Amino acid sequence: MNFHFNEEEQEILDMLHDFCLKEVAPKAAEVDENERFPEETWHKLAEMGMMGVPFPEEYGGANLSYLNYIGVCEELAKHCATTSVMVSAHTSLCCWPISQYGTEEQKQKYLSKLCTGEWLGAFGLTEPGAGTDAAMQKTIAEDKGDHWVLNGSKIFITNAGFANVFVVFAMTNKELGTKGISAFIVEKDFPGFKVGSHEKKMGIRGSSTCELVFEDCIVPKENLLGELNKGFKVAMTTLDGGRIGIAAQALGIAQASIDECVKYTKERVQFGKRISQFQNTQFQLADMQAHVDAARLLVYRAAQAKQDHEPHSHLAAMAKLVAAETASDVTRRTLQLTGGYGYTREYPFERMMRDAKITEIYEGTSEVQRMVISGWMGVK
Amino acid sequence: MNSPFFTEDHESICEMARDFANKTLAPIAADVDKNEEFPMDVVGQMAEMGFLGLKIPEEYGGLSLDMRSYVCVMEEIAKKCATATLFISSANSLSTAPIVISGTPEQKEKYLPGVVAGEEFIAFALTEPNAGSDAASMTTKAVEDGDDYILNGRKCFITMAPIAKYSIVYAKTSPEKGAKGISCFMVDMSLPGVSCGRHEEKMGQRGVPVSDLVLEDVRVSKDCLIGEKDLGFINAMKTLSVGRVGVASMCLGMAAEAIELAVEHTKNRVQFGKPLCKHQAIAFMLADMETKLNAARGLVYNAAWMMDNGEKADKAASMAKYYAAEAAIDIVNKALQLFGGYGYSREYAIERIYRDIRVCSIYEGSSQVQQIVISGQMLK
Repeated sequence: MNFHFNEEEQEILDMLHDFCLKEVAPKAAEVDENERFPEETWHKLAEMGMMGVPFPEEYGGANLSYLNYIGVCEELAKHCATTSVMVSAHTSLCCWPISQYGTEEQKQKYLSKLCTGEWLGAFGLTEPGAGTDAAMQKTIAEDKGDHWVLNGSKIFITNAGFANVFVVFAMTNKELGTKGISAFIVEKDFPGFKVGSHEKKMGIRGSSTCELVFEDCIVPKENLLGELNKGFKVAMTTLDGGRIGIAAQALGIAQASIDECVKYTKERVQFGKRISQFQNTQFQLADMQAHVDAARLLVYRAAQAKQDHEPHSHLAAMAKLVAAETASDVTRRTLQLTGGYGYTREYPFERMMRDAKITEIYEGTSEVQRMVISGWMGVK
Repeated sequence: MNSPFFTEDHESICEMARDFANKTLAPIAADVDKNEEFPMDVVGQMAEMGFLGLKIPEEYGGLSLDMRSYVCVMEEIAKKCATATLFISSANSLSTAPIVISGTPEQKEKYLPGVVAGEEFIAFALTEPNAGSDAASMTTKAVEDGDDYILNGRKCFITMAPIAKYSIVYAKTSPEKGAKGISCFMVDMSLPGVSCGRHEEKMGQRGVPVSDLVLEDVRVSKDCLIGEKDLGFINAMKTLSVGRVGVASMCLGMAAEAIELAVEHTKNRVQFGKPLCKHQAIAFMLADMETKLNAARGLVYNAAWMMDNGEKADKAASMAKYYAAEAAIDIVNKALQLFGGYGYSREYAIERIYRDIRVCSIYEGSSQVQQIVISGQMLK
């Protein structure tokens, strides 16, 4: 398997790197402290063609590989995890299901505005009583002849406060369980739809995470996404891809934290030596880098399998499990090597540690990944 | 409690601390974190309960209790509010131990009663920007000038500095003698040339003020010397030995609270048709957490017991702090994981505990310093 980016792909990543140094990294601390959604970065990334990386040009996408898109998520996360998840939630969780399951009309109407970044997308599956057990949906969609009426609520929805379009899930047949769930495309201005208050979180504080409320929300008939009662499959296949993006986010956070830590240990002098000269420091950093590289190979392999239309649920789950747990572990260890300084909000280490933790939780907790992997192994 | 380490007296003081923590601290802990401020009237209440003078001799207003009593109180208070324990540990160890260990009767009379009453705070200034783990490399100097000393230097990460009336300051009196040329001084914070830097913004334990302490040609009389000239480093190390057991007890409290919260949550939260705790992976995680906590308890209680029995306990204290801090960080991380998305939200206490616990393997000697002490004792 070859994970090299071709020349064009590498140029895109280099250009993004330069952009991040100028526009993303300098804002990361402020975005965190003020819990501010970096709206201006969304618009600039749109101008650069970064809001629809793996989609065809006819819908405004950049027509690049899935691996290239994963590289974009990773690069953004090196500088600001909030910015990375803004792009990955939009791309993996909203653009992708529309591109995969949408009708031509839906793609013309929604995908072309999403891929150019004119519109921002979000994804609504989680409910207060349906987290890991996503099949326990309580949101209901009733068929009213020429339209649907949705009632219920969703929580912890990424990009919610700024999104124009939401892919949401609701029960269309309560008796059928997971086989009675359907997917819908909801616009933010649909009557009866409301975005609730901003969730205050430990990390990725700039990310706009809110509740969605549906009170007799009217959704046009043609906004059913995919087939009736086949929504659970839409959700699961969407999350398979989303997990690779979150795994890439974890890689970016972990790598940036190692890079910053290496700089720190080469400058900091204790006991008459740079702390990089102590064997404990050297071995700790070596361990961290080895784990991040191992995780990166898993992530890229999953991305390549998705690109090649090969079965990849288990690969995405393994990639996310390992990358997320590595990121949490690495950021805890770099904070240890940077000591009291690392614990202050003047250095990026404590923010990276707070940001890393969410990668073990959203788009399927580490426990969900273990369920997917053991299920794929036939351990039942 | 029914433990070989504790008596009925310990149990009753434990109960008193638990009541206070539940009634008074639990309701304010979230606000203390959010506002980065601890209410002074609650410090007054802790003084009235005797918590600020547990280990201080009765003749100076304290309760003359043993180390195990202190451990009990720290553990119970930490369950509800980590910031509150800092007021207790400061009063019982960092700000008073140097005086109790090496001070004259006049110095004890002058400084101890105010601390016990919660009316005066004394900071403990050892760390410098370039002297963290390597404390002996400090550059703050005290030069004799007639009957006075002139102090110059900069201390950092000084807990309580902005609200302290006095500060214990370690400075070099014989720079050529390294660790054997350091002396301990009591510095009145209102003296000309003493100033505090700005409030340090931290990841957790946000309710206690921390800042730099700057000394510019500060003139103090010779009776401000605590203990003998050039013997200050031993005084600092003895103080930190007591302090370490305090931090370790704090870790026990936070870990115990995290487990209690996780048990309650996993019993109530239903996913896949049964409470989370009925899933074996979850039950086993809880078992691991509980076992680790109790192993840590053994080390901490044993170190306290050794101190109470006049045994040399440096290694025991270091092992207690090292193990308890690392165990607690792991336990709290697992507890947050069991809460999933809810745990990442600032509405749940586990999110705050996750940030609060992280510094416990850093301050009062990082885990690496404890490893130096432990291996040093083994290899001498």
